[in-house]
Amino acid sequence: MPQVGWSRRLSSSLYRRPTLFLLLLLAPPLMWLGIVYLGSLLALLLQSFFSIDEFTGLVRREFTLRTYGELFTPANLDIILRTAAMAASVTVTAALIGFPIAYYMARYAGGRIKAFFYLAVMLPLWSSYLVRVYAWKLILAKEGILNWFFERLHLSWLLDGALALPVVGGASLSVSYIGMFLVFLYIWLPFMILPIQAALERVPPSLLDASADLGGRPRQTFRKVILPLAFPGVVAGSIFTFSLTLGDYIIPGIIGSSRLFIGQAVFIHQGTAGNIPLAAAFTVVPIAIMALYLTLAKRLGAFDAL
Amino acid sequence: MISAVRFQRVSRHFGTVRAVDGVSFEVADGEFFAMLGPSGSGKTTCLRLIAGFEQPDAGHIEIHGAMVDDVPPYERDVNTVFQDYALFPHMNVLDNVAYGLMVKGTAREERHRQAEEMLALVELSGMAARKPAQLSGGQRQRVALARALINRPRVLLLDEPLGALDLKLREQMQIELKALQRRIGITFIYVTHDQGEALSMSDRLAVFNHGRIEQVGRPEALYEHPATAFVAGFVGVSNVLDADLAGRLAGQAQACAIRPERIRFVDRGEVPGDRLCTAEGEIGDVQYHGASTRYQVRLAGGGELIVIRQNARGGGNGGPAPGASVRLAWDRADIQPLRDAAEDAKP
Repeated sequence: MPQVGWSRRLSSSLYRRPTLFLLLLLAPPLMWLGIVYLGSLLALLLQSFFSIDEFTGLVRREFTLRTYGELFTPANLDIILRTAAMAASVTVTAALIGFPIAYYMARYAGGRIKAFFYLAVMLPLWSSYLVRVYAWKLILAKEGILNWFFERLHLSWLLDGALALPVVGGASLSVSYIGMFLVFLYIWLPFMILPIQAALERVPPSLLDASADLGGRPRQTFRKVILPLAFPGVVAGSIFTFSLTLGDYIIPGIIGSSRLFIGQAVFIHQGTAGNIPLAAAFTVVPIAIMALYLTLAKRLGAFDAL
Repeated sequence: MISAVRFQRVSRHFGTVRAVDGVSFEVADGEFFAMLGPSGSGKTTCLRLIAGFEQPDAGHIEIHGAMVDDVPPYERDVNTVFQDYALFPHMNVLDNVAYGLMVKGTAREERHRQAEEMLALVELSGMAARKPAQLSGGQRQRVALARALINRPRVLLLDEPLGALDLKLREQMQIELKALQRRIGITFIYVTHDQGEALSMSDRLAVFNHGRIEQVGRPEALYEHPATAFVAGFVGVSNVLDADLAGRLAGQAQACAIRPERIRFVDRGEVPGDRLCTAEGEIGDVQYHGASTRYQVRLAGGGELIVIRQNARGGGNGGPAPGASVRLAWDRADIQPLRDAAEDAKP
């Protein structure tokens, strides 16, 4: 009998017990997910049901819905609606811009052109987020290149007209909601394009042939076959753009007016103000919005094709 | 009478590859027409040209007498059963079948009624609410068939529709498809690489090779009188003799084919004559195939012939064993002269 090494014996005994093997492999990541990730989320949720003592400024560890009530004060409601409106408009625009690009990448581009598109979509992600946001601040500034272009094209009236609009306008693009919207759109667009492209890539070309064969005009094929099958990708992309915009606190700090967004409110309440319960309650808002959104998407049949 | 489909010197090139190269043929109305050939021989491209997914680079295609060169697929009166079925994964079976009516704007109730009818025709009545992913391969195939038939096309195109099914189911579907075609009386154009399928189902078949048609004809005609070495070898099993060997064995220096079941083992006493050819050889490999046994015979002067003999009760047929010396004989009438290769290459 040849001597069998302990590692060989271990591997063969694990081979005969695939469940144990799987458990051993999955335990560390599951623990990470369970304790660190879900655990902290739970702790956060718990915090949101506490409240702060207005005299001492200390957290009262008693179950109450008072903090959630505070969300509905006009000032806080304003923050929530402002953020949700921004996230929604960024998401819709990103989907409208992203879809044709993703469609071209998936259906028509091949070889080098496809590689170029991948690179073009991903390249911005390779540089620092902060650098890109500050770059945009310069681009959008009154003395910035965008203004200069509009001047050269004798289109300054257009830009001024847009900036004169109530609410979304401002002194210059870099301090207006329009500017913030442009930066959000730029920063999150790749997260919309890539999932849609992946979904479109999975649609077999024979389905398009079949639709045409059965009498479907290109428009009908698009509406009845391509769009429903790409919809999960659009939903996945919109989850990214929507939730990333909802939670971002850096872009609203650098671009736009001094009016707060949810991310900034969380930042201020848990930091300087020391109001952890309200910060936690604010954090629950995007979660609730996303849950609502996903339920709606499921109702609409977004995941039927999965 | 106007042909259902007519190809006039149609060519389709992909880069430098001539997928279809100056092909002409006609399919009669109501005919079951098979397009047979190895993969890459151009048969599927021909089908896609009829459907309108591809445009010819040269030549013209007529469907029921009308030139369709500028007609997009969605305006052609033909429907296709795709090789991978191409069922819409996000729709249930009923909506898949009703799709052709939906895009034409038929009201929901009416199209569902007709789709139910079609499902009944392919014996899938209980499956309307299922998604394609919940069906077996054979059921998907039937859904694809029902979906293609709901627009009541005058020509149905089938692209290797049974290729993904196992043997038993395939044989059953062959019979059903043929029966269906007889019942509804429309033209079927059927692409396959399975020569048995093409022979057993079609009224006429075209054998494709390298983007060209080698021969068109009725199954018996193609089997009995193959025009080229390729057809002789692709349709059934055949002994293809080059001019040298043919000269030695049959006294005519022209390439020819002899079907292996037409060659028999004979006694030494039988001599060649006006009617009969003979050859001496030694048995090489012997393969038992159940219904028949296949002998590989090495000829005395070089070359080799395949002989197939039906098996009798008891398994064997009393045939020679490997290594045995045998004399072979066949009727001169069974020698099928072939066009030679040089002639083949001409456009």
